[in-house]
Amino acid sequence: MPSLKDLKNRISSVKSTRKITKAMQMVAAAKLRRAQDAAEMSRPYTERFNALLGGLAASVGGSATAPKLLSGTGKDDVQLLVVMTAERGLCGGFNSSIVKKARTHIETLKAAGKTVKILTVGKKGREQLKRDYGDLFVGHVDLSDVKKIGYADAQNIAKDILVRFDNEEFDVATIFYSKFQSVISQVPTAQQVIPAQFDAPEGDAGGSTLYEYEPGEEAILADLLPRGVATQIFSALLENAASEQGARMSAMDNATRNAGEMIDKLTIEYNRSRQAVITNELIEIISGAEAL
Amino acid sequence: MAETMQFDLVSPERNLMSAAVKAVQIPGTEGDLTAMPNHAPMITTLRPGILKVETETGTQEFVVTGGFAEIGQSVSVLAEKAVPHGDMDQATYDALVEEAVMAYKAAKEAAPENEPGPVDEAAKLLQDMVAVGTHIGLDPKAANLNY
Repeated sequence: MPSLKDLKNRISSVKSTRKITKAMQMVAAAKLRRAQDAAEMSRPYTERFNALLGGLAASVGGSATAPKLLSGTGKDDVQLLVVMTAERGLCGGFNSSIVKKARTHIETLKAAGKTVKILTVGKKGREQLKRDYGDLFVGHVDLSDVKKIGYADAQNIAKDILVRFDNEEFDVATIFYSKFQSVISQVPTAQQVIPAQFDAPEGDAGGSTLYEYEPGEEAILADLLPRGVATQIFSALLENAASEQGARMSAMDNATRNAGEMIDKLTIEYNRSRQAVITNELIEIISGAEAL
Repeated sequence: MAETMQFDLVSPERNLMSAAVKAVQIPGTEGDLTAMPNHAPMITTLRPGILKVETETGTQEFVVTGGFAEIGQSVSVLAEKAVPHGDMDQATYDALVEEAVMAYKAAKEAAPENEPGPVDEAAKLLQDMVAVGTHIGLDPKAANLNY
């Protein structure tokens, strides 16, 4: 049976924990709004870009001279997985679910006899994958100093990947990130970026417009494809940032609620034992008086 | 009143402009061009330069560093980086020039023989960047060393 003082201490420590989680939740909520705005801002660009690139790829894709970024190297023996996670923890299952997705993918690839290489973005994923797949790491991108994700960050990651592709270090690149659906639901997603894949062009009338190209169609495509990789990574980074904050927000909300419940329970226990102490004292006094 | 068309200028980080315009002057890789309503559909890549947008109330200028433009029923410019002319200051510009210089140096190192290709492209990019600075009255000091 803990003493009254112990209980009091525990209550006050849980109270301060609750204060902290509450503050973290509010910070996450504010950051989430900003991350969502950023994702919103980038959407017009990404959509147009993909529509354009998709149309272009469809018209050039069949030819033998199509850029390698589009047609691939013709093999899929060496796979590069770009695992994007957060730099910080305390965000529920956010990091683990991405890592889990990547793990399953790695195992499938390994079972199929492919070579797997891993590029990690974000410290948390690296830590989780290190134990089992540490020998597969080929690089790491640290974003812990980055406050607000900019296009330049995505470009740097894309450059890193493209250089590796040019050096023929891998055949297929897939990025792993978490798609933001709502505050309570983030979906870990795998997306292949090299060779580029596009959603089937929808049959709208605009797609059939014949464009003039300046410079030539293929030159433009060669120029656009590397940008396409950067754009995809950028939108993945933004989705990830929003998901992270969303996950953190709901995790901290839960923590705050749990702390509240714990405080209630401890307070009841405290009051009970206080009463017990009083009753004991009374009994002692009364029996002392009777003995006289 | 002149005809207008829908114009959008978007960069990955934000939506800079979306309005009905009379004409847009676009710095294409193979030369400047002006798109007016009912322009033939075309797609072109951009070089660093000034994008001039003529609306009914006046003209607006943006500094773009690259990207591409799609001209159809409407005009969309997808710029890698776009800064309104008024927001462009020496520091931002210096950073851009610095980047171009680095790219030029890197290209030169990668291909010491002065053959056409990446080196020329990087040099051209740098020149374009310098031209932009001259145009908007900023000093491309960092770029002078390399000629």
